[in-house]
Formats: sequence, structure tokens, C-alpha cells
Amino acid sequence: MKPLEGITVLDFSQFLSAPSAALRLADMGAHVIKVEKPETGDICRTLYISNCMIDGDSSLFHAINRNKDGITLDLKAEKSKSILADLISQSDVTLFNFRPGVTEKLGLDYDSVKKINPRIIYGEISGYGCKGPWKQKPGQDLLVQSLSGLPFLNGNRNDAPMPFGLSVADMFAGQHLVQGVLSALIKREHSNEGSLIQVSLLESILDIQFEVFTTYLNDGYEEPVRSAVNNANAYIGAPYGIYETADSYLALAMVPIPYLGELIGCKALLQYTDPSSWSDQRDEIKTILKDFLKTNTTSHWLSILERADIWCADVLNWDELMQLDGFKELEMIQKITRKNGTELYTTRCPITIDRQRYTNKKAAPAIGQDNELYIH
Amino acid sequence: MKPLEGILVLDFSQYLAGPSAALRLADLGARVIKIERPSSGDGSRSMTLKNLIADKDSVLFQTINRNKESFCADLKNKSNFAAVKKLIEKADVMIENFRPGVMKKIGLDYDAVTKINPRIVYGTVTGYGTVGPWTKKPGQDLLLQSLSGIAWLNGNDGEPPAPFALSIADSYTGVHLAEGIMACLFRRFRTDKGGLVEVSLLESILDMQFEVLTTYLNDGHKQPQRSKYNNAHAYLSAPYGIYETRDNYIALAMGSVTDLGRYLHIDELARYTDQNEWFTKREEIKQLIGAKLKSETTGHWLDILEANGYWCSDVYSWNRLIESDGFQALDFLQNVKRPHTSQDLWTSRCPITVNGDSMKSSKWAPALGEDTEKISREFGLISEKGDAL
Repeated sequence: MKPLEGITVLDFSQFLSAPSAALRLADMGAHVIKVEKPETGDICRTLYISNCMIDGDSSLFHAINRNKDGITLDLKAEKSKSILADLISQSDVTLFNFRPGVTEKLGLDYDSVKKINPRIIYGEISGYGCKGPWKQKPGQDLLVQSLSGLPFLNGNRNDAPMPFGLSVADMFAGQHLVQGVLSALIKREHSNEGSLIQVSLLESILDIQFEVFTTYLNDGYEEPVRSAVNNANAYIGAPYGIYETADSYLALAMVPIPYLGELIGCKALLQYTDPSSWSDQRDEIKTILKDFLKTNTTSHWLSILERADIWCADVLNWDELMQLDGFKELEMIQKITRKNGTELYTTRCPITIDRQRYTNKKAAPAIGQDNELYIH
Repeated sequence: MKPLEGILVLDFSQYLAGPSAALRLADLGARVIKIERPSSGDGSRSMTLKNLIADKDSVLFQTINRNKESFCADLKNKSNFAAVKKLIEKADVMIENFRPGVMKKIGLDYDAVTKINPRIVYGTVTGYGTVGPWTKKPGQDLLLQSLSGIAWLNGNDGEPPAPFALSIADSYTGVHLAEGIMACLFRRFRTDKGGLVEVSLLESILDMQFEVLTTYLNDGHKQPQRSKYNNAHAYLSAPYGIYETRDNYIALAMGSVTDLGRYLHIDELARYTDQNEWFTKREEIKQLIGAKLKSETTGHWLDILEANGYWCSDVYSWNRLIESDGFQALDFLQNVKRPHTSQDLWTSRCPITVNGDSMKSSKWAPALGEDTEKISREFGLISEKGDAL
């Protein structure tokens, strides 16, 4: 039995953050009904990246909204009220990511929803929290990353501050919402009452920096300094990073510098015997390594370093990764199918429960495809 | 009442992925006991960032392991092992991140543990899963990022692939582990049985790429192409990115290139009326924008763009962030110093708010074995005289 079988989730959210939370709940067994605006629906349907459209919807929308049913409702219309009340009273979880104030206007704020169903678990994601001067700012991933200090950790020192190249604030916030919702479902078994779960992109993107941010808070507020050479973590000394080789790239994690020098035959590294120099002279050491590693191939370096149990790895692109048995064993890719027969490929849930990999063939809903089933 | 009150978690894991999952469960109300080997304990006790140590343990360790207790046990010692088995009888959750096979040798793999306690939810973290040719590889964050393709999404084109500069595979895996564990705790109310939750750094770092991987899988396997200039997302069009200004930086998210040209008075942008070109000619468009933005201050540009509802933002260092009213409104920091020490230890709180409660806790990270005796008495693991039973 999947853990969340029997749980119904009404997902009013759009884009990535909260919809990705609903997807995780769906993959763990919940029944998710996506509620969209008539005609246009979730704006993510038309957010094409690299112009990849599948059966009328963007590849992003497909990735985020598989394994859900879809209905359309005009949330402002009077006639929707009773339909909504009906749906809410039969649900366990509702998810929102509207801007602050919007749910109140629609009569879908926590207090209103709780009156309809006191056992409801009401999850919401905001950009910057529900109080304070930033609450009306647009809760967009890059903008939140930019305020969080994170881009000053990423990229090389002479680059402009560089955001992480994915919507990580959205994704972490979505998963934190899942955590909060699950904890509230557990609590409800004791208390028989619902809960309000709130997360924000800003708190979530700060949380993923908690190790280095805590360092900053306790070292006299020194700002992080990125490595000028192949930066991989502002707080970790040489050789930590990805280096070019004669034919490809090589990742090196933590290893004592003179020992590394000895193994690869780089005499210039032998002088750095004091471990504090690996941080203080990080760029100098990494520059030596950068030049030296170009003199031979990745497989040459790997054969030396792996034998010595050094933490190192090849650097793969997706084509290369997917050829390998280590990847194939994971069966990470699944084929999903729309009601009209359209097939596409995506990844599966990353959590394995009771040795079962959770896959589901159900693709993202066409707009309003399940109206007849739910709206009478 | 915090949502997980009454739940007992035994955390055998070390470093970041497993312990960060246990931390989240603790913040949500669970009682977490770290089971650590005598004399050295969790390897991250001695792993420092910037040599920061407080009261003999690294600040890094204390960041990840606040709000927990510590119980020392040598799992190879018979009486210690018996004590741990007794704890397992009482526990709701256990977490481990040993290399595949190690728990089986010790005699605490899932099948053995369910015989002691069939209601236990057992969480396992590995680097690469439990089957296949990679199970013996070291499960270190940078190495996983390097194998997963994610480094080809970050940094500027022309530079080597650049990892996301945090231990993001570890963090995401920890989040997934906590999810799986809580889902199984919920199921237990129906089935009265525990469950086995397995996560790996590789699956989690692939999941982080699920949107763009799905695009790749359905667009004929086109490799992602990073932007050469101020890369922020390989798949997004101009102007998406962070740009230098006269005094600082500015972030521009998705928006119309031609509108932007009008707002900023960049006449050359008027000719990009075909939206496809915002992607295909992204480099030249971004260069034009970048050249103009350098001529004035961030404040100047923000005034213009915000007035037009354009998605933009200042770019804050941590110094500016923590001084801002927006950050202070979050009430995001808490002091977790050990009670006998005078030096404060400030860290961030749980990012989840439950019924208006921000789940703060001042419970510090335990010294190694700090709670061994207390726990031994509480769970009847030693006699009144203090001898092991």
C-alpha cells in the first residue's frame, strides 16, 4: 500500500513550487485534483523552455503535473461556491501559492476553508513570508535567490554573483511544504484537527544555505569569498572543484594537497604541507592543478586516483550518464501517457518505499479533462 | 503541540544528508537521539568551515545536529549492541547512511530490525542506490553532482561545468528522506506496520533536474546550452540573469525584451520582436542590456522597472540581507549555544511554519555522549548502580 492512499489533495497552485509538492504527494499515493482557471489554466502550460511543447502544453507543465486529475473552475463565480465547498469538504489537503491577500478575496483563505472542513490541512507558499515589507513582491525564483545572498556563493570570484542554474528556491519550498503537510497529517490522527502549513521561497532558499550562513553568523559576519578558479564551494579549500583535462573534465573533492601532488606527479604541489594553506592559498593551488590536469586524460587521472581511494569523479553530461549501467539500474525514467494516447518520458519519484520504486503512467491532465467527473 | 510530538527517532547517520532529515523531524516535534561511536562520534564533529569550533565541536556539526540528544554505543560491543536493540524496540524511526552492506554485517539491517520492532520506519541514505555497479563509490556531494549532469547547467558557457556551490545533493536527499519517513509514519496508523524508505544522492540530484531532464528526454536529447554571459538558467531566454550596475547588481527575471528596451532606453532591443529570438539570440541581447545597466545605479533601474511591474530585484550580500526589514520580519535566527558556554551560537530556524508557530527550539547540539547516561536510565539500559544490564 502506498503511504498516502486514501488522501485527497485539491491543488489550486500554479508554476513550480506548490505543484511540485502536489506531485510528490501524488507519487506517494495521494489522489490529486488540480484546479485551474477555465480556458488558460496554469500559466506553466505555456511556459515553453527551449520551445519544447508536447500535445499543446510545455514540457515543464508535463513534468510537474503528471499523476494528477484536472478540473477547471472560475473561482470568482458565484456558482462555483457550492462546487468548491463540496470539493473542500471531501478533501484532506488544499494547496495554494497565490499572492498574499488573494485567497481572502476569493473566500479561500484558511479560516474560510476551515469552516467548511475543520480537518483540512491547508498548505500555502509565499515568496517572502506573510508579513513584513516584502510580502507583495513577486515571488519569482531568481529574484528570491538574488535577495538571499546565494549568488555570492556560486560562480567564480570575478563573475557577477551567479544564481544556481535551476529554480532551486521553488523546488525546496515545494518539498518543505510536503514535509509540513505530512507532519500535519500525522498530527491529525491524534488531534482530529487540521493545520495551516506555511512556507516561503525566501525561508527555503535560506535553509539550503544553513551550514554556510551559520558560519557567517558566527565568524564575525565575514562575507563569503568565492574561489577565482573553478569555484565549487566558497568555504572549502583546494582542490575542491571541477577541472578540465586533456579530453574532458575531472571532479576532485577533499584530499591533502601534497598527497595529491605525489599521486599525480605534480611537484609544485608538494610544498603545500600546511593544511591551512589549502584554504589561504586556494586559488594559487587550484591554478597549478588547473594547468597540470590538462596534460592528461580524465581516465588517466581516475585510474591513479581511484586506486588510492581519492574522492574523485568523471564529469558527465546527460547523454553520457544515460549510457551507464549505474544509471540504468536506477530505472529513473518512466514513460507516461495522456488520456488521448500522447506518450512522453520523464523521471520518477526519487523515494523508494518497501523496495518499491514508485512509478505511475498517468500523464498531466489536458485542461479541464476531468470536469465531468467532479463537477455536477 | 508540535506535529511530531511523541515520535522517537534514532539517528545512526553522520555528515549531512541523514542528519539533516533527523533535524527536520526534530524541529517538527520528534525526539531525536543520535547513536554515535565512542571517542569520535559523527565525523562532522571535527569537520570545520573556516576553522570555526565552539566548545570542542565544529560549528558545522552544531548547525546540523542541534535539537538532538547523543547516545554513545560501540555497535561491535555485545552489551552496547543489546542496549541499542532495546532502544530500537521503543523507537518509531531509525536512520542510517552507512555504505550498502554495513548495517547487515552489524545485524541492524531493515530485515533484522523489523524482527525487533515491526512498527519501525527505517530510513536509508546511499550515494547511488543499493544495487548496481556504483554502490561502492564514495557518496560525496560534488562527485554526485559531477556524474548527474547538473554541473552543465551552472556557470557560464566557456567555463568548465560548474557544480552548484553548496552540498545540494545531500540537502535534497535529506528532504526526500524526511518525506518518505513521515509518509510511512502516517501509513502506520492504517496498517500498524513500519516501512523501509530508501533514498540516494543520485536519485535526488536527478529529481532536482526533473523539469529540464523531461525537456531533454522529449526534445530529441538536445544537450543544455549555458549562457556565455551571466548565466542563470540554461533553458531560459534573455533577459534572465544577474547584471552589474554602476554601484552593485540587479536581477532580471522573465519579461519582454522589447518592453525592457523601452523602459531602459536601449533602442537596439526594439528589433527583437520575434520572441523566439529572446532565446536564440540571448547572448547579444543580454550584452546590450548589460552594457546599459552599467551606466546607472541599481536603485535607479529598480525605480524605473518596479514602476512598470517588471520582474526585477536588488542583489543582496548577507550583510545587506540581515539588515533588511524584509529579513527581520521573518524572525529567522535562533541561538543554540550550549547552556554552560558563554559564546552565542546563532543559526537559522526551520523554514516551515505550522499554525503560526515557527518551530524554533533553543536545544543545542549535544556533546558526544552527553545523554548516554540519562537515556540509559530512562530506557532501563543500566541498573540503579550504573552497570550495564
